[in-house]
Amino acid sequence: MVERKVAVIGVGITRFGEVWEKGLRQLLAEAELQALADARINPEKVDMIFTGNMCGGEFAGQEHLGGMASSILNLNVASTRVEGACASGSLAFRQGLMAIESGRADMVLVNGVEKMTDVSTEHVTTGLMGAGDEEWEGFQGFTFPGLYALMAKAYMNKFGLSRKQLAAVAVKNHFHGARNPIAQYRKEITLDDVYKSMMVAEPLTLLDCSPITDGAASVVLCNAETAKQYCEAPVYVAGSGQASDTLALAERSELHHVKATRLAKTQAFAQAKITVKDLDLVEVHDCFTIAEIMAMEDLGLCGNGKAGRLVEQGQTYFDGKTPVNTSGGLKACGHPVGATGVKQVVEVVQQLQGKAGKRQVKGAEIGVTHNVGGSGATVVVNVFKRGLP
Amino acid sequence: MFEESAVIRWRKYTDRYRLIGNACKACGETYYPAKEQCPCGGKEFAAQQFSGKGRLLTFTEVKAAPEVFESKTPYVIGIVKLDEGPKVGAQICDANAGDLKIGQRVEAVFRKFYASGETGVLHYGTKFRPVF
Repeated sequence: MVERKVAVIGVGITRFGEVWEKGLRQLLAEAELQALADARINPEKVDMIFTGNMCGGEFAGQEHLGGMASSILNLNVASTRVEGACASGSLAFRQGLMAIESGRADMVLVNGVEKMTDVSTEHVTTGLMGAGDEEWEGFQGFTFPGLYALMAKAYMNKFGLSRKQLAAVAVKNHFHGARNPIAQYRKEITLDDVYKSMMVAEPLTLLDCSPITDGAASVVLCNAETAKQYCEAPVYVAGSGQASDTLALAERSELHHVKATRLAKTQAFAQAKITVKDLDLVEVHDCFTIAEIMAMEDLGLCGNGKAGRLVEQGQTYFDGKTPVNTSGGLKACGHPVGATGVKQVVEVVQQLQGKAGKRQVKGAEIGVTHNVGGSGATVVVNVFKRGLP
Repeated sequence: MFEESAVIRWRKYTDRYRLIGNACKACGETYYPAKEQCPCGGKEFAAQQFSGKGRLLTFTEVKAAPEVFESKTPYVIGIVKLDEGPKVGAQICDANAGDLKIGQRVEAVFRKFYASGETGVLHYGTKFRPVF
């Protein structure tokens, strides 16, 4: 049983995109210092650090990011890197959460970081394929757009999703990205732009795919009992769930949804004592447009095969009935893989604090983050509340 | 993907090249690739040869590939349900994506995958081709 409650009292985030002027360390430092300043604490207050990162070695020649994260702050406290492919950021967040819940720490700094644009696109494609099964997907020439295209084809074969419904996900996420100052693509696009962009893996075109992104995000977590000492409007962690599935997509019983999302969601919603009707916004893992469609159904926002219609009707815009990915999602805000899970937390916290500017969801009180590693072998779902749970 | 040494390939002779997986001695369930622990609780397995015949569950054409497959684009990948039960991911060869259908019969073939960097050593593996 969870004894202690946890609050987010500070957030920090860099600009997402092709950040040529900053390396891995500078990105991480910027997010860390911003989060500590937002929490109005000195580094010495931090008991523990967890840093989510997937490909530091592959893309920047740097492993051992635990050491880097503590060096930046001149600290000697426990500092650990956490890896779970594109879910690395959320895994770091959960380590921080559990450290405080268990009583091992009172104040934890959680980071997510990825520097991706210093290497070629082919090198990034190769590195990211490490999130799949090396022998049964990597060696076979599979790619991540390819894996999600296989899921899209299986989904379309079962439920009949239209090209327009899929493209509408990208159009909506770019609309939100255009209203997020840190987003990689602050630019609206049309359905036609999606149809006409280069085919990557049928039915997914370039504008159905999340981009290659540099970026970092950090949050400061603390024991909820002391949160008000540091922050006027702390956001509380009401529930958290994590689940796993087979590493290779082919081994799963069904290809048109992500079972681990359903399992993680069940845990998180039960702990938070909420149902899907209570949600004001969700940040989901839209590494590809089809992933947002599947996430909506796996989180229970609508029935199986119904997500496309919801998106097409505009219900998932920030001012719609069920706002999805107000940050712009991975699609338009960008996807620095290790940072994404933490970025989702930053977005939900800013929304619940009423600080989301032109994409603010009015009166948002409960928000959810959903972060997927690989094609669904690792999934984390978190529930956040404005008031003490 | 990651560039392989000769030792890695030698270690994979049975599963990668000969379509040999395993079958649980307790419940009879077959696995390809071979499993270490059966969901039924069984830990003892017998080698199982697969026929290489099966059905295509889903497929797509890859246009942007990892480094070693770049010169091969576009190529088709898919998930095949083997007649004996297991599902496996593989390249689908000898056909254009436009000629394939979900549910299509396929069969395994031994094929060249790619040539390694400077040494030019060839890597082989199993692909599937349609049976019309």
